[in-house]
Formats: sequence, structure tokens, C-alpha cells
Amino acid sequence: MESRRNPRAVVDPKVRQVGFFTSSQPDSTHQPDPIASESHPVASSISPSGNSLSPVMIPPPRHNSSDTFPLRAAAAAASAVSPSSFSYSTRRDFPDGSMTASPGRVSRASFSKPSSSLPGVGMDSMAAAKSSSVPASGLTTVSVVNMPPGLSEKESDQKKNSKPLKEKTTKAERRALQEAQRAAKAAAKAEGGKAPLVSSGSVASTNVKAAKPAKPSSQKNDVAVAAPGPSEKKGGQTEKDRKKDAPHPRMQYDDESRVVKAKRRAVVKQTEAKNRVELFRHLPQYEHGTQLPDLETKFFQLDPMHPAVYKVGLQYLSGDISGGNARCIAMLQAFQEVVKDYSTPSEKTLNRDMTAKISSYVSFLIECRPLSVSMGNAIRFVKNRIAKLPITLSESEAKAALQSDIERFINEKIIMADTVIVKHAVTKIRDGDVLLTYGSPTAVEMVLLHAHELKKKFRVLVVDSRPKLEGQLLLRRLIKRGINCTYTHINAVSYIMHEVTKVFLGASSVLSNGTVYSRVGTACVAMVASAFRVPVLVCCEAYKFHERVQLDSICSNELGDPNAISKVHGREDINYLDGLTNNANLQFLNLMYDATPSDYISMIITDYGMVPPTSVPVIVREYQKEHSLV
Amino acid sequence: MDFLERATETHLRRIFSRKQLKRKKNLKSMWRRSASFILDRSSNSPPMADTTQTPFQNPDAISAYYQTRAAHHGVITSDWLAQAQAAVEQPDSSVSDLGAERSFNVIDEFNGWRKQPDLAEAVAAIRAMAAVIRASEATTMMELEIELKKASDTLKSWDKTSISLTAGCDLFIRYVTRTSALEYEDFNSAKSRLLERAEKFGEISCKARKIIAMLSQDFIFDGCTVLVHGLSRVVLEVLKTAAQNNKLFRVLCTEGRPDGTGVLLSNELSKLDIPVKLLLDSAVAYSMDEVDMVFVGADGVVESGGIINMMGTYQIALVAHSMNKPVYVAAESYKFARLYPLDQKDMAPALRPIEFGVKIPAKVEVERSARDYTPPQYLTLLFTDLGVLSPSVVSDELIQLYL
Repeated sequence: MESRRNPRAVVDPKVRQVGFFTSSQPDSTHQPDPIASESHPVASSISPSGNSLSPVMIPPPRHNSSDTFPLRAAAAAASAVSPSSFSYSTRRDFPDGSMTASPGRVSRASFSKPSSSLPGVGMDSMAAAKSSSVPASGLTTVSVVNMPPGLSEKESDQKKNSKPLKEKTTKAERRALQEAQRAAKAAAKAEGGKAPLVSSGSVASTNVKAAKPAKPSSQKNDVAVAAPGPSEKKGGQTEKDRKKDAPHPRMQYDDESRVVKAKRRAVVKQTEAKNRVELFRHLPQYEHGTQLPDLETKFFQLDPMHPAVYKVGLQYLSGDISGGNARCIAMLQAFQEVVKDYSTPSEKTLNRDMTAKISSYVSFLIECRPLSVSMGNAIRFVKNRIAKLPITLSESEAKAALQSDIERFINEKIIMADTVIVKHAVTKIRDGDVLLTYGSPTAVEMVLLHAHELKKKFRVLVVDSRPKLEGQLLLRRLIKRGINCTYTHINAVSYIMHEVTKVFLGASSVLSNGTVYSRVGTACVAMVASAFRVPVLVCCEAYKFHERVQLDSICSNELGDPNAISKVHGREDINYLDGLTNNANLQFLNLMYDATPSDYISMIITDYGMVPPTSVPVIVREYQKEHSLV
Repeated sequence: MDFLERATETHLRRIFSRKQLKRKKNLKSMWRRSASFILDRSSNSPPMADTTQTPFQNPDAISAYYQTRAAHHGVITSDWLAQAQAAVEQPDSSVSDLGAERSFNVIDEFNGWRKQPDLAEAVAAIRAMAAVIRASEATTMMELEIELKKASDTLKSWDKTSISLTAGCDLFIRYVTRTSALEYEDFNSAKSRLLERAEKFGEISCKARKIIAMLSQDFIFDGCTVLVHGLSRVVLEVLKTAAQNNKLFRVLCTEGRPDGTGVLLSNELSKLDIPVKLLLDSAVAYSMDEVDMVFVGADGVVESGGIINMMGTYQIALVAHSMNKPVYVAAESYKFARLYPLDQKDMAPALRPIEFGVKIPAKVEVERSARDYTPPQYLTLLFTDLGVLSPSVVSDELIQLYL
């Protein structure tokens, strides 16, 4: 574990660099790409300021750029919102600083003058900036690095205006250039096509041209890296995109074309948040509070949407229903309603039409809030049942069968599973235990209440965190039953851990490498617990298990409302951020989930019993076997 | 080359150590007279049986499982074994008579089987359960199943500390009653089918030890030194088979306080002409550098892949792990239990009497637990009749066995 984390922190700048390239190359209208890629080696050797700039130092250039471009930033309109504009800007101001390294560029000349004069001024500002950004962890550094994009986003508007023009010219030029390249050596040509590095020496337009072909490949890489799901799913994605208009559950939101496509068919009109953190651009982030009234007015226009589904969707959107089980049950009950009110249109078969309907509902629900793994599994179950309905059944019979299937799923896989988990988990609670729990996991709450009913003598430590403060709800319910509780925030977890004998956690999902995907902060609690040699028990129903493997919390996650962390409710005196929320230099990262590596988990309690995290794949396998049989 | 050298060296060592052993015996008898080495008193003859018969401090809390084991250990000498076998034949036949009576008692039946020293407790339980089916006067499958359930519950509650007993009972019920074919037959043929299955299961369990011994042969190479802890019949079988296969190896036995199991094992091994060396339990770390592998048995294999075994196993596994020596566990699959201890104290305590030889003041507490839990990360491989498994597969097998 450690070996994985440490190097990451060290390598951080490089990771960032790679990110810039992939995101910027596709849209590069300017020549800076090559420079960016070249900048590091050159900056240290050639540039006048080279001796002061270490090759790894990326932050300094950013400051230079922000220092040198205030005018332009002010002049530019403050619109540029689409994710693509981010990528321009990231790339843009990044090379700006390193322009010093490439003095020979024609179009560069105007920019490079201010920055080449930087060493004196720039270093000061850099130092200042450094002092402010250094204490941040790996994550925050990333967000800090992002600041320039946000800032120069406005600058880049200017470039945006020139973009269409440029593209036209490039199209013409591209052909000529391609021919020229064909004349050149084959190997060199390949390189030139792939890496802007090679073509960087030539005219600006060359780079544009070179960058374009690189686009598809880099994008594919992105997708492959970020969504390591089963190939079967990916196949479904393209198919869906074409046919059913359902956005892929794990769509990459930094892919501009896909986002535009998805927006066109979206029911929920969401305004995307402006300042998004670099590493999490592939996740959707919206400004909250804008969609609800809009959606409510649309209620009567949306004839294809079933009202039950619509209601559930709105509840997801407003946050009235949260928690994996509650969301899943609400969705399944809505689907039951759907089935009840369903009648097959003429010239269609129930199996196919119903599946299509469900798919469109699911896409609506995804627009309201990204699916959880548990919901994904439940949807898979429902679709599987629909597909397996014998054709000989009449419509009413089929509907009844489906409804009872869904009912059974809710009862067996969720409600019964919880009681079984409680039965198992209670055996691990002994008199005199001090149990720690984090957030408000429903399964753990049931365990604690049941243990209390059995007259076990134990104490509960509820650890909570901003902004949701779900722990208070749990606390209230526990206290009402007369359980001795202590309440603290996650900041104190390392202090409080020494008196804990067991940690009980809930999970949104358990992945097949044993990683537990759960409310953000869970990983922190689990790590502290394992450092103190306190056993960590995770309570999770087997229907939330997934065959996917996830190594970090980045590639698949959910972003919450950024306002939730920017404001402290009920504390008017904490107003330091007032008026800064739209500042381009400020990005809020409100992550919803994190991934806890299996090393920190002693045991997973599921409806199949208590298993070590290493045998999650066994459960997944058995579960699916059962599924196909049922 | 290296290998040859090693082999000859071992051979030399073997001869040498045999001489050493003799010398050691003399030494020991000498030590025994001195008060300081009174710890060693259970070394030679029948003191083991002694310990079990000594008045217990707290007879109710004593683990019956460890009592049985102690009794077996006291008498495990091969010649006695033959006698015992002959003696036990009688209760066996009388048991089937008993079956006809109304007052059939699983515990008696079980105890009858349990007296066979070569029979593991779980196998005894399985035999007893089979007898339950035989003696049952139930007329429907449901009744029979309930009866079986009751019998297994009484057996389990009779000795809660025995993991293999519980596991054996559970597995038996699973194995016997989970046949869909039963539903389509009439009751009598179904019952005979059940009996058939029960017999088969008993046979499989009996054969398990041989299978494990065969499987483990690939891991014992010529010239290696094996550290063993406790007196496990499986491990003894493994070593015996290896010796029969003319492998050249050396065994280090821990003493195995308080019941001196290591001493007994070393006796058995020396009879087989295997060079053996006795260690104090506390000398494990000292001699770990000359050890090539650690071999232990198990009282129970738990869901995490860890084992519950005689006190001291955890310690040895820790030392071996830190010195990068493999730790092999030999355990029959009927010892797989659906348990998941989180730490050492997370088990039903199995207590046993401990003799210190000197008077211990009443205020001093004595840790009398007979077993400890070794977490899976310190184990290398498990030799079972299901195959050679890594610890994480245990849970897989358990889920398959019980699901």
C-alpha cells in the first residue's frame, strides 16, 4: 500500500504533465504542445532562467502566466465553460511559463518576451505562491495546479475566437503537410503524427496538424485507463450511444463530443460547474439547485417518463433519498409501478419494448444522479428477468411475474440480507467492546441496535464528517434506544482510535479485488484503524458486490455540490470565501466516495457469511451463478 | 553438486544427531534430578497420562477436546495402538445393538468411537452420526433430518471447544442431506442412501490423512530440516511417508509444554529412524536459521485461511515469517470451520491444566488457554485432502462446502 502511495506523491508533477498532454492535444489550436513537452529538459539547460528552474517544477510557469497575462484575462469575456475550453487553457498557460525555453518560435515571440524577463519578478511570485500551496496534500496540489486553467480560461476565449479560422486553414494545410511528410521517412512520419515533439520544430500549423491525429489515440487511452470495466460493458456503450440515447453509466465527462451529445438528449438541464479539479474532469459536476424548478415545470411535457420514475429521479436530485439500499429500493419500486402500468404497444414484443423503456428510465435516473453499483446490479437483474420471460406468457402473466421477481429481489437481496448480516455481525460484538462507526451505514445501525437488544454491553463511537453530518442522524437513533455513544468528527479519529476495539463500516460497493468503495472518509478511518491494529469489519450485502477492479478513488467517483464545502451552515462568521466561489483560481472538490484497499480490511460481513476480502471474487462468482439459475 | 553435498552432510548429521540424542537423554535424566529443570519431567514415559488424571483446578472449564487428545497422546505408542484397536472392536458391535434400543445416545456412541486413538474426533463424530441414522425410527425424511440436527446439536454442545467436532457435524449434515435425489424415493431406500453417503463420508475422512501425506511429499526435499510443533497425527503421517520414501531429512521437535507432545512425537520419529532433535518451546527463534520449513497440524482451519492450533503455533509462524521460512499446515478438510476469529481472544476459550511443578501462589494468574490463532498472512500453504491450497482459497472451499 505504502509503496503505491509514496511514489505517487513524488511523481505527482509528471502525472500532471501527462494529463495535460492528453487533454490538450486533441484541441490544440496553437503550437504550445511541443513546447510543453520539450519545456522540461530545455528549461533546465537552455533558457536564461534555466538554472533557477528545476526540470520538475511545473507550478512556476503557471504563476508566470498568471502574472504576465492579467490584462488579457481582464479583457476577455468570462464565458468559456465547456470542458474543452479547460483543456485549451491548461495547455495554454502551462507552456507559457516554459516559453522561455523556446525562444525561436515565431508566434511565440509576443508571449515569450514578458516571461523571459521573468527570472527576477517571477521567482518572487513563485516563491510566494509556493508557500501557499506547499502544505497541501497530493490532491490539493493537483487542484492548485489547475488554477491557471481556470484563470486562463478567460484568456483562452481570445484564442477561441481565432480557433474556427485556424481550423479551416489547418485542414488545407494538413493535406499539404501530409504529403510532405509522406515524402519523408516512414518512421519519422509516424513519429511526427503521434508525438507533437517531433514536429515542434516546424511551423505552428504543423503542430496543430500533428496534434489532431493524436486525438483519437489519446482519447482511447483515456477511456481505457479510466474505465477499466468489463469489455462487455464497453461494447454496450457504443451500441447504446447509437441506439438508445442512454448515456453510459461511466461516461467520461472530459470528452467534449460525448458530453455535447449527452446534453442534447438530456431531460434534466444541468449547468455544469465551472471550476473543476483537474483529476476529476471526467466526472460530471453540476451547479446544484438550478435544475429542480426547471424539471418540475417540465412534468407534464415529459410523456414518455413514468411519473413514479420521475418522482424517484427528483428525489435523487434533491437528495431526499440517499444511501445505497434506499436508492435501490426506491428505484425498484418505481420499476414495479412501471411494470404495473405497462401495456405493450402494438407490433412490439414485451421483452424488447420493456427493456428499451427501462433503459430510457435508467438514463433519466443517471442524469439525476450517477448510479450506484447496487442500482446497476439491480437494473441488470431486472433486465435479465425481462429478457428471460418466456414468450408463451400472456402480458398480464408476464407483468405479474416481473413484479413478483422485483419484489423478491427487494426482500431476499436487501431486506433478508440485512437480517443475515446482523445475525453474523452480532456474534462479533462482546461485552465491553468499544465500536467505532463512520457516517450512517444502515447495516451497521441495525447491527448495533440488535446487539443492544441482546443486552450486550458496549459503547459506540460515531465518527462524522462535514458536509453531510449523517452521523448525527445515526447518533440520534442510537441514543433514543439508550446506547452509550460518543460523537466526534473525523479530525479526531487518530486520537480516539486507541480506545476502540472494533470498527464497523458500511460500503456502497465491494469490488472484486477486495477494495471497499464507500462514503468518502471511510478509507481514512480504515487506515487509522489498521495502524492501531483494530480489526475493521465491513458490512455489505452481496448484491452490492461488483466484478470490477478499482485501484484508486479517481477513475470512478461522484462529485457533490461544491457549495456544500464552501459554506458552513449556521456560521455566518465564517465568510472568508464569500464572493470567491466563482473565482477562477478556486476549485472545490467535494468527493462523495473513496476506495479502501483490501489490506486495511479484516473481514467483510455479507449475507453469505463472514469472508475475508480475498474471497470477494468467490462471492461474485457464486452470486452470478445463482442469478443465472434463478 | 550443492545438493549432493547437502545430502551427505545431512546423512552425517543424521548419524551424529542420533548419537547426540542418546547423550541428550542422559543429560535429561540428569537435569530431571535438578530442581531447575523440572519443566522437563514429562519427557520419558507415561507422565502424560498422569497430567490428565491429576485433579483439575476447574473441572468444568476444562476442554474435553484437549483431554481426549492428551489421553491419546499418552498412549499413542504403536504397540498400544494395536491393543486398543482390538479392545475397541467390542463397543463397536455393542453399539449397533444399542441402536435397536429406544434410549440411543449420541454422546455414548461418540465416546465409543472417540476411544480409538487413531480416529480423529471429527471422524468419530461422523461415525456416531451415521449410527444415529441407523438407529433412527423416524418414518419421514423430515423427522430424520430433525433427529440428525438434534444429535449434532447435542454433540456440539457436549464439547464446545472442539472445532473439528463442530465442523465435522455440520459437514456431515450438509453432505448427507443435500441430495435432491432423496425426494423422489420412498423413505426406506432414501434412508439406506443416506447411510451409504454417511459411510462414504466417513471413509473419505479416514483416507484424508493418507492423501495429505502423499500431497506433501513433493515439498520435503532431501537434506531439509523440518520444524514441527505439537503432536499432529497428520504431520506424523507426512513424516512417516517421507521416511518410507527414503527421503533424507531432519526434524526439530519443540517440546510442546505442558503436555510434552513434542517429546512424544520425537519418540515416534526416532522409532522410524528419522534424525530428530528436541527444542525448548522458547528455542524456536534460536534454531530457526537451520530450519528449511515449518510443519504444523491444525485443530481447525477458519474462514480467513488462518488456523487454530496448539498454543505456540502463532509464535512459531511469526518467527518463521520474519525469517522467510515457509510454514506448511497439514489439515483434513473436515477441520474447515465456519469461524472467523478477529484476534486471539475472539474464540471460545479452551482451557487445560498446566503443571508448573512448583507451587504457584494463589494470587498469580495462569494463562491456561490451550490454543492460539495464526492469521493467514503467516501461513504459506495448507495441505488438505482437497489439494494443496493457499490460505485465501480456504474461504472459497468453505463457501462451496457450506453454501
